[in-house]
Amino acid sequence: MFETLTDKLQSTFKRLRNKGRLTEADVREALREVRLALLEADVNFKVVKDFLAGVESAAIGQDILQSLTPDQGVIRIVRDRLTALMGSRVERIKMASNPPTVIYLVGLQGSGKTTTAAKLALMLRHQGRQPLLVAADIYRPAAADQLKALGTQIDVPVVHALNESPVALAQRGIQMSRQLARDVVIVDTAGRLHVDTELMEELVQMQRHVPAHETLLVVDAMTGQDAVRVANAFKETLPLTGVVITKLDGDTRGGAALSIRAVTDLPIKLMATGEKVEALELFQPDRLAQRILGMGDVLTLIEKAEQSLDQGDTEQLAGRIASNNFNLEDFRAMLRQVKKLGPLSKVMEMLPGMGQMGKLKGKVDDSSLVRVEAILDSMTVKERLRPDIINGSRRRRIADGSGTSVPEVNRLLKQFQEMRKMMQQFKGPGGKKRLAKLPFPPMR
Amino acid sequence: MPGFWERLKQGMTRTRSGFGDRLRSLFHGRLWNDELWDELEEILYSADLGSATTGFLLDELRRRVLQHHPTTADEVVNLLAILMQEELGDSSDALALPDGGPWVWLMVGVNGTGKTTTAGKFAYLLKQQHKSIILGAADTFRAAATEQLEVWGRRAGVDVIRQASGADPAAVAFDTVQAARARHLDLAIIDTAGRLQNKVNLMQELQKVYRVIGRELSGAPHEVWLVIDATTGQNGLVQARVFLESVPVTGIVLTKLDGTAKGGIALAIVHELKIPIRFVGVGEKVEDLLPFDPADYVRAILGEEFSE
Repeated sequence: MFETLTDKLQSTFKRLRNKGRLTEADVREALREVRLALLEADVNFKVVKDFLAGVESAAIGQDILQSLTPDQGVIRIVRDRLTALMGSRVERIKMASNPPTVIYLVGLQGSGKTTTAAKLALMLRHQGRQPLLVAADIYRPAAADQLKALGTQIDVPVVHALNESPVALAQRGIQMSRQLARDVVIVDTAGRLHVDTELMEELVQMQRHVPAHETLLVVDAMTGQDAVRVANAFKETLPLTGVVITKLDGDTRGGAALSIRAVTDLPIKLMATGEKVEALELFQPDRLAQRILGMGDVLTLIEKAEQSLDQGDTEQLAGRIASNNFNLEDFRAMLRQVKKLGPLSKVMEMLPGMGQMGKLKGKVDDSSLVRVEAILDSMTVKERLRPDIINGSRRRRIADGSGTSVPEVNRLLKQFQEMRKMMQQFKGPGGKKRLAKLPFPPMR
Repeated sequence: MPGFWERLKQGMTRTRSGFGDRLRSLFHGRLWNDELWDELEEILYSADLGSATTGFLLDELRRRVLQHHPTTADEVVNLLAILMQEELGDSSDALALPDGGPWVWLMVGVNGTGKTTTAGKFAYLLKQQHKSIILGAADTFRAAATEQLEVWGRRAGVDVIRQASGADPAAVAFDTVQAARARHLDLAIIDTAGRLQNKVNLMQELQKVYRVIGRELSGAPHEVWLVIDATTGQNGLVQARVFLESVPVTGIVLTKLDGTAKGGIALAIVHELKIPIRFVGVGEKVEDLLPFDPADYVRAILGEEFSE
């Protein structure tokens, strides 16, 4: 469904180039593709307009059209400017010099404030802080119960009380933080509409009595064009210090984050990437820019690969792959390396162009990986080193041993043969070096 | 019964600035000229209609403009309003339950769209019509989701079937349907956990819930409500598509229309996937859940004067 913008641009340029030299009009036509891609990613209409005006003048002003690869030039400008727009550095949560640090989480209903409050508390606890949670959402039924349950799960105390005003709850939070020797107070507020003046005033009152060091706007990554209006309205009423983007583990492009950043100039500090309480990370601006462009999150993947893979093993494996006698033993080693990178579905998301392979999504998951591993484990070393000897009766034994079926074993062996064929093509100068970077074969 | 446009306008504490106002001031009383196409396009994009639907609407509008030769901008916007209403089809029926239950409804959607709240409102409103109802808390994942539904159950005066946190949602659904049958109730409403549509295992879990309900009561669930947040952008279309592939969604409930978001993604969903919008949520109160009215919806996007 998501064709990558880079691919789209390249094919547009290719078509244009067939008719001779590239002109300014050609660049404009190509930029129309960028416009559509940004709008489809929910980047705000006005932000898109301004952005493209900037790209156009940069592309035409420089000598890009005269260069040998004008398409690459334009793509580079788009990427660089998008990254610049996103903000160039990682922004941390600021701690007060005089504790407790007070952090408010505010936002629309259903954006994920309560979940984020717990995730943030856990993140700070891992950093050696002593957080305290305040359940100040007195409107949504059972909101306090939700925070209490999460607090128990992550072992962080939660301040709550029936029939108390949000202001009183915030004050009680400060009081309790002193009693319990806590240095951070995280206030989970009720979801509210930015146009609800009464409830917006309530937040102002809370902060008048209990001033904030950080006021973070929690925004659903799937938000559309309205994100800018919401962020602006909250910013006008409250001293916002940053934004948290939630539900980034979905398949949304998250253009709302870019729009908020561009229009309000607020730093995006955190991103939530999963349902588990650990799934909160510092926001990486460049990676979101890449995601919007559909370039995949290669940076994250490479970083992960560097962290989790043994360099020596990887190089040795790459050597084996490039050689003629790649066998199932090598395949098994490769599989184990890939598994270290985390759930396969997450790895896939990070690969550029994987959007196009939508059909693969759902078919390649970790449970199928487990079955493949079981099949490989049920083979003898001799069979793995010399797959050719695996005959019918061996296949039956392997299927029984791994709790799979003979067709599954057959499929794996067939896939392995195809893979081996594919790898032959990687031989030759540079092949080994190229493969050493990623521990698995390129997907077709 | 007043439509949801009236209800939106009644909101006393809400400042309604920007609600179609911009378009009105831009277009009203002006002669039509081709430069206004860009403005129209911007309005549609700003309402989250997306490129495919915006492109379709403007192409069709161009055809009609050539046909009818309108002279004023108001007339062109009127043509657009008519076109959008045609796409949306008829108004929805008021909330009601036919005889001959038990009926089973299933609430589905991504996280934070308002499934539990909508389930609670459905239960409350139908209970007021003297229907016998039971709620099933099949969101066993989110902390305190069950408690949230129980609060709604108490408000509505309706029992809630629950199991321990982390229990199999299909088992809760099974229990709920069984209870509805054993007690000869009119309706069972089963609330499920929010799930992002790209989580394959969670979508499979939802299919299992659906299958188990059908096995327990043939023909059930009779309604599968996909709850979509009006602030959602283009991902809403992906949500609808993937949920529809997983379970036979029968209607959309478009929530949170009382903000400044116009929920244009719903029109994109109707246009591309032909799933009808059946109810809209325009506030937190029970009576803020209303049948969908295409004319009101188009009014919210294009402004009031033009859509008569």
